[in-house]
Formats: sequence, structure tokens, C-alpha cells
Amino acid sequence: MINSMLESIGYTGWILHALIWMPILGMGLVLWAEEETAKHVAFWWSAVVFVLSLGLWWAFDPSEAGMQMVSQTSWIASWGVSYSLGIDGISLFMVMLTTFSSSIAILGSFNYIKVRPRAFYSLMLLLEAGVVGVFSATDVFLFYVFFELTLVPMYFIVGVWGGERRIYAAIKFFLYTAFGSLLMLVGILYLFYKAKTLLGFPTFAYADLLQVPLTGTEQLWLFAAFALAFSVKVPVFPFHTWLPDAHVEAPTPGSVILAAVLLKMGTYGFLRFLLPLFPVAAQHPTVVTTMLVLAVIGILYTAWVAAVQPDAKKLVAYTSVAHMGFVVLGIFALTVNGLQGGLVVMISHGISTGALFLLLGMLYERRHTRQIADFGGIARVAPLLTSAFVLTALASIGLPGTSGFVGEFLALLGAFETHRVFAVIASLGVIFAAYYMLPMVQKVFFNALDKPENREIEDLSRREMVILAPLCALMIWIGWNPTPILTRMEPTVRAVLERVEAAAPSGQTSITLEDGSQVVIAPADAQAPLVDPELNDDPPDDAAVIDGE
Amino acid sequence: MELDFSQQIHYVWALLPEIVLCVWGMIVLIAGVSGKHQDADDGAAGDPSFGPKSDLGWLTLLGILLAAGANGWLYGVNEVGDSSMIAVDGFRLFANWIFLLAAALTVLISFVYIYRLRLQAGEFYALILFATAGMMFMAGARDLIVIFLGLEVMSIAVYALAAFNRRDRKSAEAGLKYFLLGAFSTGFFLYGIALVYGATGSTNIAAINTSVASMAASPGLLVVAIALLAIGFGFKVSAVPFHMWTPDVYEGAPTPVTAWMSAAVKAAAFVAFFRVFLVGFDAAYDTWFPIMWWLAAITMVTANLIALVQTNVKRMLAYSSIAHAGYLLVALTAANENAAAGMLFYLLIYTLMNIGAFAVVMSVAHQAEERLYIDDYAGFGWAQPGIGLFLTIFLLSLAGFPGTGGFMGKIYLLQGAADSELWVLSVILVLSTVASYWYYLRVAWVMWMKEPTSKDQHSLVVVPLPMCLALIVCVGLIIYTGIFPGAAIDFARSSVQGLGSLGGGMLGLGL
Repeated sequence: MINSMLESIGYTGWILHALIWMPILGMGLVLWAEEETAKHVAFWWSAVVFVLSLGLWWAFDPSEAGMQMVSQTSWIASWGVSYSLGIDGISLFMVMLTTFSSSIAILGSFNYIKVRPRAFYSLMLLLEAGVVGVFSATDVFLFYVFFELTLVPMYFIVGVWGGERRIYAAIKFFLYTAFGSLLMLVGILYLFYKAKTLLGFPTFAYADLLQVPLTGTEQLWLFAAFALAFSVKVPVFPFHTWLPDAHVEAPTPGSVILAAVLLKMGTYGFLRFLLPLFPVAAQHPTVVTTMLVLAVIGILYTAWVAAVQPDAKKLVAYTSVAHMGFVVLGIFALTVNGLQGGLVVMISHGISTGALFLLLGMLYERRHTRQIADFGGIARVAPLLTSAFVLTALASIGLPGTSGFVGEFLALLGAFETHRVFAVIASLGVIFAAYYMLPMVQKVFFNALDKPENREIEDLSRREMVILAPLCALMIWIGWNPTPILTRMEPTVRAVLERVEAAAPSGQTSITLEDGSQVVIAPADAQAPLVDPELNDDPPDDAAVIDGE
Repeated sequence: MELDFSQQIHYVWALLPEIVLCVWGMIVLIAGVSGKHQDADDGAAGDPSFGPKSDLGWLTLLGILLAAGANGWLYGVNEVGDSSMIAVDGFRLFANWIFLLAAALTVLISFVYIYRLRLQAGEFYALILFATAGMMFMAGARDLIVIFLGLEVMSIAVYALAAFNRRDRKSAEAGLKYFLLGAFSTGFFLYGIALVYGATGSTNIAAINTSVASMAASPGLLVVAIALLAIGFGFKVSAVPFHMWTPDVYEGAPTPVTAWMSAAVKAAAFVAFFRVFLVGFDAAYDTWFPIMWWLAAITMVTANLIALVQTNVKRMLAYSSIAHAGYLLVALTAANENAAAGMLFYLLIYTLMNIGAFAVVMSVAHQAEERLYIDDYAGFGWAQPGIGLFLTIFLLSLAGFPGTGGFMGKIYLLQGAADSELWVLSVILVLSTVASYWYYLRVAWVMWMKEPTSKDQHSLVVVPLPMCLALIVCVGLIIYTGIFPGAAIDFARSSVQGLGSLGGGMLGLGL
């Protein structure tokens, strides 16, 4: 019924454009509104956008692996740039997560943002448009434009409405991400140049760039350039230092958006670009090992760092790095389970960490502190707030029955199929998660109610309940019934893996298990031929100089 | 209309825009000294956009408009052969649009400045017109001697303009410094011309091309000549290590002159640079490729690093303009069709964003030479959200951010570099761009994220109507080319077509 209704309004034809351009239109409305009503305009507008995006769930054809709802318009003809959009099983959830968390974050900032509300909410809407654009662009040039465009609103959100060290955090965030993405730009232009010489016409279309044959060496260099851009964004272990600063200094809604969707742009880039465009490099044993090692270090190291943070928001910020480590682990396991697990962690982390930041923001609005030591015994005065927090914390840890469990379990399972050692070490991270999260919950919400200020803390307001209810519901729903999500992403994930395997060197084989999942026997220790005989050295991971002269 | 240069009169038609500008310059000069423009309340505060002095400004704009008409008319003109001293090709005409646009914007932003600082309006505007004519000579020249003539007409006018604020010691210093170093570099340039003549027997670029391509030119002389010409041009485009004059001159010169110099003078020098090297020395590409490669790399890295520590906005923008010269040198190094078209496109965008940025700087400086430090911008954005937003857009465009013309320009330059497979240079370009983010964004963060030192710190900021017009044109075109660059790209590409036919094999040679 819903399908026929959507069909009757030509939903698939305009929805992606609407999701990008409606928030931009909303910017104008917000700027035009009164100072006091700007937040309401922004919220209702983003809520409408979210409701519109809900139709994607039904309009999306779960059996189809490729791009759906495709539309293409020539943009810069002489460069072969087109304004083309489409979504597949990977981007569907990211787009919906974006529209969802944007409206939640806007609703969650009603009390937090007191100065210059119009500018703030219009930047939030611009950010939403940019992120939806990133997830739905099927032209690499367009993707890059949106990818960079998201930096500007976030820079101002952190820098203007942030905490004490906001300027430092904003500029660090900006420079780190820009550094990576500009090197990726050279990589994109390299691909473009190759495509132009081989195909005979200029094109930035993703589908065309997939056709460009690349040698192993080229793939490794390009992989390095792209991987650097996305790794900074994720962030993968050595590039993560901007994240705690940005999270701590950002205003609550900024943190929510940052955690819920901006980080996902990095892992989305892994799935969308790194694996399909550079399949040979992506399964080069050294590359795989490097990425897995970094992922595991990210999981364990940041868990330990998180455990000693006195600032609750910084603690949650570090857990983000750990969670994203699971995503990278799942992706570079190069199995169906791993990729699906990574995707579910992305969704689950978006919901649960977003909720954690919102809850911490609520606590901050009440007590104007984020130090764990300043709280204690909150459960007695604010039982609803406590329940929501405990549920969210458990989902973040990955307790069975919550969304976090499904994702982490699948990611670990996928990794176990190909890289047992890494999977075993990484699974320690789940224990560590309990080690850093539960003491924090105990110190803040339980223990003795020994500080007089904490007696005055009010429980959730109605608006806050409206914010938290859908988040909590989603955590439990995905935890109990992940099948609808998994079935929607599976064809696309398989297609990605098939592409990777098709490019596998001859010495490498893959087998099919009884449940139908493909398992790559990665030659981590075997004598499989290297991709390129010249390239036995470690692949460049932090420098991406493409030498073509 | 067919132009046949065996008839002298046809040179008049080919040079119509230049002639219009020169004649109009004299008219403005005479109108300026006729006396009634020296009004009594000179230098007072306020917005005299339509006062007697400003009449001269509007008169100047009319002349620029007429020259633009003549420039447009030249599109309907065909030349016979390519051996004349003056080219009538798309390359020249596109460059002329840039010069005319820069001159018009500069006139628009200087109305109140001239009034406040009690400058001689007639001379000021006339010099701008003369210099613009000189730039057009450089862009249209097919002969090194004509380039030299254009260079001198332009430079001498600009020397005078740099020192135009005669009550200000810094302005005088700027003028003198620019004059001395400019004369010095002209010496190199002239000696280079002499050696080219010695090596090839001609100063005509087409003849030089033939001579170099047929290996008839004496190779030893040619190398020295190329080096000397590169130094001469390097001074004018302010490439490192010939950039020493730039920060001081840009800081000391009156701000509207700085805005105009950084855009138009650089554009003129680059256009001539391209024509001489891509067409004249096309066959000697292997000789000058390493020179340009290193010049580009050193310019980008040095300028962007020094700009990081600047506290004066004008100096910061001076180093930024050096950095942009570096990006354009990448295009020269690449030396192919995309690179040449990218250069034209980039110069157009650069003119818009740089003059726009300087216009906002002038507003913050109370249309005078005050408050030029970055710290003076604290809280400026929220106090004046309109032009604050404009300045942010100009800075983002200078940084090359998506959604602005600066991004498309940079992509175009990088495409040119890609066509010649200059990957290392491309990486240097983007890495130095990352450094540039720091100093562009620093202004943005000071103006939006810092609190002003006093409440009424920005209450005296004025944006007079003509400047408002200029700002809207700049922002509008930057955003437009940032979103719909297609038309401008195609126009730039078709403009370099004629250039290639002359050089023969400009495309594809660049390896």
C-alpha cells in the first residue's frame, strides 16, 4: 500500500533531490524567521525532511544491488561532471540516519543554543544537505564537492558555539580533514585523467571510473591517497587526535551530528570508493594487515584512554574511535559478515553515541559540568534520564539485545572468518568497553547522592522524552530484529565483495560457506603472488605522493 | 570585418579598445584639472558617492564601458595572417575582459577612499585607464617590443599609483621600492629581448617560434634569453625568489591600488608570459620546463609558509597573491590547452575574489589606511553580517573551497597539470593549499569567533553604494562560477584555441 502511494507521487524521481535541496531552502526560512522562532522553523523543517526520507525504506528495492532512484543531469559538460544521485544498500541507511539525526540534533539544541540561533540552525541545515549529498552522489566530483562542503558549517558550529578551546578544536578539525581530502583530490584527478585517456571522453561518473583499469602500483598509490582522506575522517588510529578535541568543544548538536553522520562519511568512503575502485590494493596482504592492525590498535588503545578520562564527553568521544575501529575491522575482513557488521556498527554507533552526547548535553544543561566526579546518585532524582542513559550505554557497549551487539558481533564474526588473530584481539575491546563505560555510569548515576547541587537535577522534560524515545526504540529494535536492515544491505555488500574478488590475483581463492557467505582466503601468510613484483615494500600510509613523471 | 595589416589604418581598428582607453584617460585628466572638482569639504566623513569628485569616477566607468564595447566589437573582426605585431584572438580579448573588469571594480571601490584621503581624482582614474591600456598591449602583443611598450606603459602608471597617497610615508616608500625593483627587472627583460633577437633574428613571437622549432636559433644564447625573460616576468608576477618587493609595495600602496595591482598587473604579466613561452618558446619546452617547475614549487611553498605568520591583512593578502602566482605557474609548467584555459579562468576568478576581499578590507579600514591588522577584525562578522559573509566567501574562494569560483579555478589548473602528468607538482599545490587554509581561516575565525574589544568597534564601517555594487558583482560571479562554471570554462577554452594554432602542437607537447 505504501509502495503504491509512493509510486503515485513519483517518489523515487524527486526524493534524493528534495533531501538535498529542502534543507538549503530551509536555511532561507530560518534566516528569515524571528530569533525566537528560528529553532521551531528549523526543527519542523528538518522533521518534514525526515518524514519524507522515511519513504526510502519502502521505495528501496532490497533485491537490487546497484544504484537505485538514479537521476543524472549534466552539470559541467566540458569536464564530464554530472549532477547525478542514487542510493544503494550502503547509502540508504546513511541517508536515513542523516535526516533522522539532524532533526533529533536540532530538537536537542533548543536549550543549548542561546546566541545567534538563526545562524546556527541554518548552518545545521546546510550541514544536513551536504551530508545527504555525500551519501547520495554518484559522481565523484559531486561527491568531493559535498565532502568538502560539510567542513565549512561544522567549522563554524564548533568555532562559534563551542566551548572554551573551540577555535583550536575547529581549526584542528578543519586542517586535519582538509589535508586528507586534498590529497584525495589529486587522486580523483588522476583517475579522471586515466579515464579521459582510456575512454576518450572526460568523465567523473563513478560508474565510468570503475571501468578504468589500473596497475597494481597505481592502485596502491591511489588507495593511499583515498585511504588517508577517509582515515582522517573516520578517524583511524593515528589520525584520530582531532576527534576528542572537536567533540569536547563542539556544542551538543554539533557533537551529535559529528558522531552520528560525519564520521560515517569516512567509512562510507571505504565501502564506496576504496574497495570497488582499488580492489587489488584493497586485498593486498600488507594493506589489509595494516588496516586491521590500525583498527585493532584503535579499538584497544582508545578504550584504555577512554577509561581514564575525567570528562564524560571526552570519554564518549574516545569510544567513538573504538567503535569506528570495529567498522574498519569489519570492512577489511572482506567478508559479507564483516562488511554488514561494519555497516550495522555505523548505524548503531550513530544512534547510541548520538544519544549519549544528547544525554550528556542534558546533564550539562542542568549542572554546567561534564566532570564525572561532579555527579553521583543522579538515579534517585532523575530516574527517567538514568534509564535512558543506562540503556544507551549498554547499547554502546554492545550488550546482546541492543543494536551495538549485532554490529560488533557480525564484524568480529566476519574478521574471524579470515583473520582469526585480529578478531580475537579485537573482541577484547568489547570487554574494555564495559570497563570504561560502566564505571562512568556508576559514578554519575549511582553511588551516593552526596553533592547538594545534584539534588536539584530535574528529570526529563517532555521535549527530551520526545528526543530520546525514538533513539531508545531504535537501539532495541535493531538489537532484536536486524533482518530488515541486513537484507537491504546484503545485495550491495555482495556486489562490492564480488568486485574485489574478481580482481583477486590468481593465487587467491575464495570459498562459499553453507550459509552462502563468501570467504576470502586472504594470503596473509600464504605464498600468494604479490600484486606487483616491484612493490614488496610497505605501502605508503601517511604520504601520498603520486609520482607519474 | 577583415583586418589586413598592410594598411596602416587597420592597426587602429585592431587597437580600438586601447585607443579608447587612452583617449578617455586624457578626457578624465582634463576634466580632473578643470577645478570644480576640488570641493571645499574634502576629506570629511560621509558617503559622497555622487559628489563632484565621484563624477570623475562615473566618467571613468563610462570610458571603461566604451572600451568594453570596442573589445566586444573585435570579436566580429578577422585578421589575415598571424605575423602582425598585434594579435586579434580570443586569448587577448578574454584577457582584456579581465583588465576591464578589474579596472571597473577598482574605480567603484575607490570613490570614498579618494575623497577621504584627499587624493587627486582626475589623475588617479586617468592613471588606471592608461595602465589598463598598457596591460591590453601586453595581452595583444605578438612582438616582444610591443610587450615591452605595454609593460612600461602599465608599470610607470602603477609606480605613480603606488606612491599616490603622497601624505603617507609608506605609500611613498612603496612607490620608490616598486619603481627601483621594477626598473631593475625591466633591465633583465630588455636584455632578454636583445638576446632573443640575437639568437633568432627576430622579436616577433611567430618568427621566434619558427626559428626555435627549426633549431635555427643559437642554443646557448636562447637559454640565457629564456632565463632573462623568465626573470623579467617573474618580477612582474611576483614569483619567488623575485617577490621581495611585493609585500612592502602591497602594504604601502593605497588599498584600492593594491587590490587592482594584485589582480590586473599580475594578470597582464601572466598573459604575456604565457604567450611568449607557450607560443614563442614552444619548441624549447624542455629547456624552460625545469625552470618553471621549480619556480612554481618554490613560489607556492614559500609564499604560503610566510603568509602563515602575517598579522597585517594587506601583507597577508600580498603573500596570498604570491601563492596564487605559484598556482598559475603550475599551469605554465603544464603548458597545454587545459592549462592555458585554466590560467585565463583562474585569473578572472582571482580578480573577482581578490578585489572583493580588498574592498571589504577597505571598509573595515574606514575607507582609509586604518585598522589593517587581523586583530582589528574581532567580532566584525556579527557586527556587520552582510559584508562579513562576503569576506568569508572571498576567503573561502581564495582558499579554493567548493561552491566558489576559486575551487573551480583550482580544479581547472589541476586538470591542466594532470594532462601533462605533473603529479608531484599537483601534490605540492594541494599541500600548500592546506597551509593556506590556515591563514584564510584565521581571518574567518577572528571575525566570527572572537569577541570585539569594544562594543562600537565596528560602528564606523561604511560600505558606500559604488563599493556595494562592486561587492555584489564579485560575490555574485564567484558563487555563480562556483556552481555553474560551464559557460566560463567553455569561453576560456575557446579563447585559447587561436593561441594553439599559432604555436602549433602546444597540446600534447607538454610532457
